[in-house]
Amino acid sequence: MNKNSNIYQISYASILVIAVGAILALVYMALKDRQDMNIADDTRKQILSSIRVQAPEGVTIEDTFNKYITDELRVDIQGNITEKGKGVAFGVDMKNFVKEKDATNKKYPVFVAKANDGTVKYVFPMYGAGLWGPIWGYVSVNDDGKTIYGANFSHQGETPGLGARISEADFQNKFQGKTLYNNNEFKSIEIVKKGQKGTTGGECIDAISGATITSRGVSSMMQDCLTPYDAFLKKLQSETAK
Amino acid sequence: MLLSKKNKEAFFNPLSKDNPVLVQVLGICSTLAVTVSLKPAIVMGISVIAVLAFANVIISFMRKTIPPTIRIIVQLVVVAALVIIVQQVLTAYSYDVSKQLSVFIGLIITNCILMGRLEAFALNNRPWPAFLDGVGNGLGYAIILVIVAFFRELLGSGTLFDTQVIPQCFYDAGYSNNGLMILPPMALIVVACIVWVHRARNKDLQEENN
Repeated sequence: MNKNSNIYQISYASILVIAVGAILALVYMALKDRQDMNIADDTRKQILSSIRVQAPEGVTIEDTFNKYITDELRVDIQGNITEKGKGVAFGVDMKNFVKEKDATNKKYPVFVAKANDGTVKYVFPMYGAGLWGPIWGYVSVNDDGKTIYGANFSHQGETPGLGARISEADFQNKFQGKTLYNNNEFKSIEIVKKGQKGTTGGECIDAISGATITSRGVSSMMQDCLTPYDAFLKKLQSETAK
Repeated sequence: MLLSKKNKEAFFNPLSKDNPVLVQVLGICSTLAVTVSLKPAIVMGISVIAVLAFANVIISFMRKTIPPTIRIIVQLVVVAALVIIVQQVLTAYSYDVSKQLSVFIGLIITNCILMGRLEAFALNNRPWPAFLDGVGNGLGYAIILVIVAFFRELLGSGTLFDTQVIPQCFYDAGYSNNGLMILPPMALIVVACIVWVHRARNKDLQEENN
């Protein structure tokens, strides 16, 4: 067999590519269910982490999630609840959701949770862009509709040791206790260089050094994804004021 | 037979005398990217060892059939397929690790050590030496990664494995972390310092001055 003949080369390349393609397809199909399950569990873990809850050992994440997340809502831009029930918020694919242009008719997902201290928290999902790929996260707000109780951020492929640190507790804990309102006006949290002052009048958090773009991404993601909840949060505020 | 002199060389040479980073100057790009702290450096090291060893073995088994003119494409297909399978299996069975590895997976494919070893060794050798060569080169690469990450994390963040090691009293006395260490250029400078020390200790590696 002449290894340099065109026929040999072309058939070798074709067979190799078809074989590899078939193997990859098989691996993908065989593992798909487990992967989807893992991804769903990971999302639940992130939501729980934003209300400062971790699944205890021996208890599945799904059970813990069902225990702490008491309700799921969809709210419109005026803050009215349009849908209620298990799965209505969890089923939202944030990646496609943020792409929908029609802001006034969108139904924004909210998770209602009961934290360890017994009070009700509202968890809002977010999705935005980092340096290399998408970043996303969850922010939980106290029932006063103002104060952040906890936050969780994740990323697909930010630089390890730099932008990837948004998914570490050190960074996320800085959000606890920050308020989203200044003089009754919604002001998202700003992420600024250490020592600098913010420009919008919202509360500030130190950026991660060496990860300017990722930090900016978190900042604008919070601004973009939390602003539509303004009316909903204001309703919460007037309810607690009563 | 399993560890003949030649096989021993295939395994031990890459650790120092023929180190992929220091001597062959391969895999520099990922050395810059993942050495900000120790943890990702070690994870990256382990994944490169695994992928390199398997790719070497597979190419070595196929070596007699591969048409020479398209050998690079064949190598690339094998490496890419291997990396994707590793990623899929990790996502299914060890999701946390796969999250840690997410960005490294892509970097493994682009790692020149892989193509370099496949081309230079696996194409001309039997599977067992090729396996040893893969593990040896992966280890040689991982060692340098860990050394660079050690200095960069210690001087850049004052931590090791994310634990604070430089005591607070140092900071009170006016010491501050060197922010430059976190940035990629310092990885090159640290690698250069290691090359310097390495050449100084291995006189036979030094080039003649004309």
